[in-house]
Amino acid sequence: MTDATSNAPAIKGTASSLLTESPLMKKRNAAEARFRMYGVIALCIGLGFLVFLAVSILRNGIPAFTQTVVSVEFTLTQEQFDEAESKMLKTAAYTEIFVNGVTAQLQERGLDVPFDGGTIERLMGKVGGDLRSFYRDNPEAIGVPTTFELPAASRVERYLQGNLTREMVVDGRFLEAADLDVVDALAEAGIITSAFDWNFITGADTGVDNPGGAGIGVSVIGSFFMMLVVLVLSLPIGVAASIYLEEFAPRNRFTDLIEVNISNLAAVPSIVFGILGLAVFIQFAHLPQSAPLVGGLVLTLMTLPTIVISTRAALKAVPPSIRDAALGVGASKMQAVFHHVLPLAMPGILTGTIIGLAQALGETAPLLLIGMVGYVAREYPDGFASGLLDPNSAMPAQIYTWAARSDEAFFEKAWGGIIVLLLFLLTMNLIAILLRRKFERRW
Amino acid sequence: MSNMLIMLILLGLGVVGFFLGRGRALQVAGGDRRELHSLPVYYGAHVGLNAVVPAAMLLFVWLIVQPFVVNNAASDLIAAESASEAGDLSLIMSDVRRVAEGLDLLASTEGMSDAAIAALSVDDGNLRERLAGVGVALGADVQADTLEAAKRYRAVDATGDMLRTITVILVALAGLALSWRLITPAFRARNTVEKGILAVLIAAATIAILTTVGIVLSLIFNTYEFFKLYPIGEFFFGLSWSPSFSGRGGSSELGIIPLLWGTFYISIIALLVAVPIGLFSAIYLSEYASRRVRSIAKPLLEVLAGIPTIVYGLFALLTVGPLLVDVFGQDGALGVNWMQGGTAVITAGLVMGIMLIPFVSSLSDDIINAVPQAMRDGSLGLGATHSETVRQVIIPAALPGIVGAILLAASRAIGETMIVVLGAGAAARLSLNPFDAMTTVTAKIVSQLTGDSDFASPEALVAFALGITLFVVTLALNVFALYIVRKYREQYE
Repeated sequence: MTDATSNAPAIKGTASSLLTESPLMKKRNAAEARFRMYGVIALCIGLGFLVFLAVSILRNGIPAFTQTVVSVEFTLTQEQFDEAESKMLKTAAYTEIFVNGVTAQLQERGLDVPFDGGTIERLMGKVGGDLRSFYRDNPEAIGVPTTFELPAASRVERYLQGNLTREMVVDGRFLEAADLDVVDALAEAGIITSAFDWNFITGADTGVDNPGGAGIGVSVIGSFFMMLVVLVLSLPIGVAASIYLEEFAPRNRFTDLIEVNISNLAAVPSIVFGILGLAVFIQFAHLPQSAPLVGGLVLTLMTLPTIVISTRAALKAVPPSIRDAALGVGASKMQAVFHHVLPLAMPGILTGTIIGLAQALGETAPLLLIGMVGYVAREYPDGFASGLLDPNSAMPAQIYTWAARSDEAFFEKAWGGIIVLLLFLLTMNLIAILLRRKFERRW
Repeated sequence: MSNMLIMLILLGLGVVGFFLGRGRALQVAGGDRRELHSLPVYYGAHVGLNAVVPAAMLLFVWLIVQPFVVNNAASDLIAAESASEAGDLSLIMSDVRRVAEGLDLLASTEGMSDAAIAALSVDDGNLRERLAGVGVALGADVQADTLEAAKRYRAVDATGDMLRTITVILVALAGLALSWRLITPAFRARNTVEKGILAVLIAAATIAILTTVGIVLSLIFNTYEFFKLYPIGEFFFGLSWSPSFSGRGGSSELGIIPLLWGTFYISIIALLVAVPIGLFSAIYLSEYASRRVRSIAKPLLEVLAGIPTIVYGLFALLTVGPLLVDVFGQDGALGVNWMQGGTAVITAGLVMGIMLIPFVSSLSDDIINAVPQAMRDGSLGLGATHSETVRQVIIPAALPGIVGAILLAASRAIGETMIVVLGAGAAARLSLNPFDAMTTVTAKIVSQLTGDSDFASPEALVAFALGITLFVVTLALNVFALYIVRKYREQYE
């Protein structure tokens, strides 16, 4: 036995002590600190990306919700109305009358910047159409001073938001550099103001020539109908399939095949579901292209695995004693499942369904293939059948359509659309979390 | 009679059957429920289901079969010389259907009698205008045999509709009556009904298989069509991708190699971003972070996985792309002029990497947590520092699982569509420069199927061949990854 206190020869002259750090220990501790640092850095980068993403969405998307309007008071006399209606180019005649009227009015108010009718036309675009339809619908307004809030031209809007600088303006038929002085003066006088753009939320998509008037409302309805189809089909089918697999299925080849299929379907790229939808629902079954019904069917197939997986987890969480008790008092297996297990698993099933729906709501790629992109959703569907069967767009498809257009003014709309989409997703996920909090039971 | 109406009638019969069955059960039991084998409700459900289900199934099958039968009946009338090729016949038949549809509209909107329609002839001259008047525009004047076929089509279709209505309702009534007669106090209604419910449950579970079959069949069928038009060797080994936009084949070069290269290049960049960040985050969160930090940071990271891919696509196109051009492009911060445009491999790869971070981190986190505590304790007890334990004990133990997680992330990257459609560019090229625009399999599936090209042309059909390649590659990666993960899990359980 060697005595612990005996002077054991020191290893190669390095006096090791617990109190002073040896060079090796220093190195190891430094490595430890470095390693920990890598973790912190990685986490910060990950969260940094999230913040960056959020900031760029908000910064680019918020302007889509505001609109620059020019508010002017204007009176149309009966003679002017008759005169304009008798002309060949009626809207042009209205524009002329309006521009003359507003020019005179502004000159009275003494704007100290030189401008003419052309300036007004460039600032406000072609207002004739709006005016004409207003006066045709409200003939009693003729001869009465009316305040109009007319959307300013998109370039004016971008100038006021700071996205368009004086140097970028090339004199042309759209806007001249001198016009910006007028814009400044008008903004100072409170004639050009910024207002919340309800049209963006409720309106329909426009053609490529009118980015200012484009709205996301119609495609929200399209998404709504798609989600309706997904909910109505995938919830019952998913729950039925999970009940079979979890409660009744014997262990055999057939059920194994189903299980493997479900886990693989969950990992199939979404674009492949789009191909399936195109080949089966449109080519083979001749369902209408771009219809929310077809989109809903494709998304149902995509969502099913998600719902089956979460429903099975929820069913599994119900303790076997519940089943045993029901069977013990004489219920059949089917009655035990439907009367006792299913109600207890319901909160979990609903949570999973909402999360599955949220995934389906944001899915874009399959919609590209069944023709929901590129369709310009100009009109609200009238009625239920029309909502399902008539061509429409959906929120993500609409965002893609805007992003793919060449006019940069649409990009702002696309970001705005993303805010709307994310708000929907956020709401759905919050509901799911609340449901889980409220009804979750630990057995 | 419309199908909606038939379905409503069936449902009505079902409800009637329910009450009849329940009433009959109580009646045969002499009003004493205890005499019955099952609850009265089950007898009602038994009759209702027997009335509705067989009839509804018949209706469904009939609806699928009828168009084929009607088509055959009408196509017999098309003269052989005007339909020399199979393709022509299908074109003529679509004309026939349009004319028949027009005749239906004429009958419903202009109140044309059946006799008047039967007497219609192409010699009247104004048929095309009249059809156009009810909204059916035709490309050319109606041919005599087309008109005859259309009349036959209408007649057979109408007969079929009538027969369908009658048969379906008869079957429903028969089901109702037969099942009603079966009811005796000893009849095991609950068992029958439960068998029916079980059949429904099994059918629902089978939809998963049907979906897979549908995917595989639609891919294989159209891919087969494609390889009839385009040589299979040139598709898989061709080095150039340049589909022609107008011609039908011939001048198109449809080699998949440049697309596969683009796909793998972008995926590799994405993994180069996602794996270190995701893995180190997972290690930090599971080994170092306090409970508080973990409970905040983990859900936040997972938010990245819940954001729709269209958002990432837009982010790549409008934010990251221009930002990278500002750094690497002409007059950029580095003054290197490497990057010509915002859409490039690096743009798409970087953004996709961000999207994949939570995949890698969540899965690795689970796997690291599954490593038994005893292994940590043993290593720490021997004097290893925390980081040495992680590097020399935990990571080797968790390695198979982590590899599985990375493979799953890779399969996501390969199948990702929106980011590459918006962020990677449209030009297919074989290049090593990450600042070049390249394109991927998924992006080309989208572009080949969303254009105006003819659906039977190789330019459109190639999308299905691309789809099946994508399907096979992702499936193989997934199966392999799941196999690894599962095998690993079993080791420590």
